Amino acid sequence: MPPTAAPVATGEIQTHGLKARLMVGMEVHVELATRSKMFSPAPNVAHPDFHDAEPNTLCDPIVLGMPGVLPVINKQAVEMAMLVGLALGCRIARMTKWDRKSYYYPDLPKNYQISQYDQPLCVDGAVEVPVTDEPDAPTHTVRIIRAHLEEDAGKLLHEAPGGTKIDHSIVDLNRAGTPLLEIVTHPDLDSPELVVSFAQLLRNTCRALGVSEGVMQRGHMRFEPNINVVIEKDGRTYKTPIVEIKNLNSFKALYAAVKFEFQRQIDEWLETGRVMGAGMKATRGWDDIDQVTVPQRQKEDAHDYRYFPDPDLVPVVVSDEWIASVKAHLPELPLQRQRRYVSELGLGVKDARALIEEREVCQFYERVLALGVDPRRAAAMLLNNGAKRANERGCLVSQLGITPPQIKGIVDLLQADKIGSTAADELFGLCCESPEPAEALAQKHGLLQVSDTAALEGYVDQVLANPKNAKIVEDLRGGKDKAIGALMGQIMKLSKGQANPKLVTELIKSRITGG
Amino acid sequence: MKTELFQSTLIGLRDAIAARAVSATEVTRAYLDRIERHDGLLHAYHEVYRQRALERAAAVDDGRVCGVLAGVPVAIKDNLCTEWGYTTCSSRILENYRSPYTATAVERLERAGAVILGKTNLDEFAMGSSTENCAFGPTRNPWDPQRVPGGSSGGSAAAVAADVCAGALGSDTGGSIRQPAALCGVVGLKPTYGRVSRFGLVAFASSLDQIGPFAHTVADAALLLQVISGPDPRDSTCADVPVPDYLRGVDEPVRGVRIGIAKQYLSDANDPAVAAAAERAVEVFRGAGAKVVEVDLPHTEYGIPTYYIVATAEASSNLARYDGVRYGYRAPQAEDLEDLYSSSRAEGFGDEVKRRIMLGTYALSSGYYDAYYVRALKVRRLIKRDFDAAFEKCDAILCPTTTGPAFRLGEKTDDPLAMYLNDVYTVNANLAGIPAISVPAGFAETSGPGGRKIRLPLGMQLLGPVFKEEALLRIARMCEAAVEWSSARPELVA
Repeated sequence: MPPTAAPVATGEIQTHGLKARLMVGMEVHVELATRSKMFSPAPNVAHPDFHDAEPNTLCDPIVLGMPGVLPVINKQAVEMAMLVGLALGCRIARMTKWDRKSYYYPDLPKNYQISQYDQPLCVDGAVEVPVTDEPDAPTHTVRIIRAHLEEDAGKLLHEAPGGTKIDHSIVDLNRAGTPLLEIVTHPDLDSPELVVSFAQLLRNTCRALGVSEGVMQRGHMRFEPNINVVIEKDGRTYKTPIVEIKNLNSFKALYAAVKFEFQRQIDEWLETGRVMGAGMKATRGWDDIDQVTVPQRQKEDAHDYRYFPDPDLVPVVVSDEWIASVKAHLPELPLQRQRRYVSELGLGVKDARALIEEREVCQFYERVLALGVDPRRAAAMLLNNGAKRANERGCLVSQLGITPPQIKGIVDLLQADKIGSTAADELFGLCCESPEPAEALAQKHGLLQVSDTAALEGYVDQVLANPKNAKIVEDLRGGKDKAIGALMGQIMKLSKGQANPKLVTELIKSRITGG
Repeated sequence: MKTELFQSTLIGLRDAIAARAVSATEVTRAYLDRIERHDGLLHAYHEVYRQRALERAAAVDDGRVCGVLAGVPVAIKDNLCTEWGYTTCSSRILENYRSPYTATAVERLERAGAVILGKTNLDEFAMGSSTENCAFGPTRNPWDPQRVPGGSSGGSAAAVAADVCAGALGSDTGGSIRQPAALCGVVGLKPTYGRVSRFGLVAFASSLDQIGPFAHTVADAALLLQVISGPDPRDSTCADVPVPDYLRGVDEPVRGVRIGIAKQYLSDANDPAVAAAAERAVEVFRGAGAKVVEVDLPHTEYGIPTYYIVATAEASSNLARYDGVRYGYRAPQAEDLEDLYSSSRAEGFGDEVKRRIMLGTYALSSGYYDAYYVRALKVRRLIKRDFDAAFEKCDAILCPTTTGPAFRLGEKTDDPLAMYLNDVYTVNANLAGIPAISVPAGFAETSGPGGRKIRLPLGMQLLGPVFKEEALLRIARMCEAAVEWSSARPELVA
């Protein structure tokens, strides 16, 4: 993760007697995790069930663009796109159509991509992106121009699986036809930090909506920032030509690429004085090793995509009822939820973020809360006792085996002073392995604290009577309450950890002062 | 098998098989033999499935296969995908292509018990009006082998005309069923756009393409349409409109039917025999009590240019997939990717296909899109509006299918524009999406070698409102019943 919460906005640079301001608009591609592809029943590689499919196994005649096949719209993809659109404050078009974008490439089986050109599904949205991590951090409005659906292309490989060198290229069409949501923003982002904050917000949103796994390494989300710089010098304003950086698929690369490009454009302007003009938009790639952007081969003359409406598909008419039914499935969004956890449940920002990170964990946490468990104790239980076990096993807290009622059981025992924190942790472990109620498990494994005064008096007397403790008793008499700790340790040892520390403290005090 | 059975109707043959007057195997064998005898000259078929057809016939005979077409031998145009055999579209680029699946319309034929004899020749990718643009040789007209059968479904039309099948499927993008039907003297129907699933029809122009039947009679065509029609979840442009019983009532004349005549279709370009046939057809309807009304289709003349923009634009995109990468012809020893693409396509496609790809690419390219494609779509809407207005006044529009009878092989191959004008009476139905049927309407007489008299069939076309095939078939039947040209057979193979 790049640094966030930068004290100084890094989107503004003053140098060489000029003032430079960064302007970034984003194009984000999100692979939707539908079961089948955008226009065919073939399984979707972006769905977790098919992540690791062998090359060219998620294909059918439609994906391969065989003669005579026809595309059929995946309704689930349209609904997922609507969900994202609604979450981004977009208006959902009442009528949306499909267009063919033509270009020849071996990973594009039909040599045209079905996309949406001039009537996208979602338009005119806006999201509030927090400028820093603080719970009440100011936000920056990022306007969304559009979000439209299209199909992904396959992949062209230049070495054989396993890294074997080959003298030709090979094609894997597993990804071809995967539903892709392309989100385009206005150039409202003005610092590399904000660009990343926006990207993360988008990822969290998509994950919370359940429309994407958001696994960056798998390319579930790809970012293409469009960058230029507004330079003020000697009372005049200059805009550098826009550069689009293709296919960034990590936040780190996104941050570094935007930051690099900002400086590069200033340097280039100082050198050449080139400003924005028609046909000057350039495409660059990110070199992860040298940490620089590099020009990509451009064939501007070849970039006539010859868009026209796809005659194989009919426009989608979106009714108010349909939008309403999709809206009904719109969950609380991550940022709203994070803020609610902090302001209403009293969680720390870090804990709140940790809980909303994974949709499944968050849902698990909400189920625990629904049982009336104190939110902070429940959070502590999941993030301390749960997280370390989940880390060890490489799973989510929600997948450990422990159930929300068991967590309530543990918290209840803690609150009733029937167990201490060490026993609670042990009990948590037991609950992961057994479906029995927490209290029954605590009983069975002797974790309940001894609150029986007679038994405890016995331990206390035994310890106080021990000559080795004479000095400690002396200290206590002298008012050094802290000395109790040493005695407590011994009593815990005697009671095998089951003594109720609160009662023990009271007993010791009464023996010494009253005794 | 007796000759009468060949001369019978598809329904008559079907009934004879059902009544066990003749077995499906006998029928299939007889048709296969006939193909053997005559198809060397005609070249209606590109591929014959002898073994498979006999197996299917045997299955009908022992009751494993039944249905309304049980045992009926049919042919399908070679741009319909089948899991068996090849699907070539008469193109080098698909010369060895085998489809992994079967077209919906073909599946429906087989489910109804039809025995598919083979695949018929066509103009490459259905682009043409003469079945001469073929990678594997042209098809000849059974009425005069010196002449073309029309196109692009010339193989299917010739096969029905020559009785080397009892019925056939073709596809119609701008007249490719109706024009060859007229020139071969058989019935050909282009259904409403969306009536028949296009899944498995190799696309030429997606918004215009429609699969339809060829047969000797209107009733036979009605039965075939019945079988192949209806919604298909695999084609979103296929309409969810119920399929009526097209056969029931097909023989009943439509009382008080209003027949529209448009002056735009009675041009001076018509061959005198065509003009006479048109007059005769009008008289037939008048005699049957029809009301003949004049209708105006003012945008008719823009049909051809509009069609050749819309169709080529879509084709340029639909045919982009033939690139030598995944299937089909690949140029050997291509130097790089560009070369692989350009050489495979240059060597794989014929001239007419290349011409249309270039026209369509041009029409869609930036800077020309609005002037060509967008404008063509506007004109298309006007043409549709013309028909909507006309159908307020009439139930069907009657006009010739073509301006003249079949022309000689090679006569128009050097003049693409003259060839395009063949479609002058047919393209508008595709642009408007309306159903249209061509029925045999007499002959033009001409002299062949040695002064021998040759009769060349003519067709009249009836156009109806969308999804009104039921009425259209009844009206076409009125025309057919009065003249009975449908029983005429070419001498060549009689």
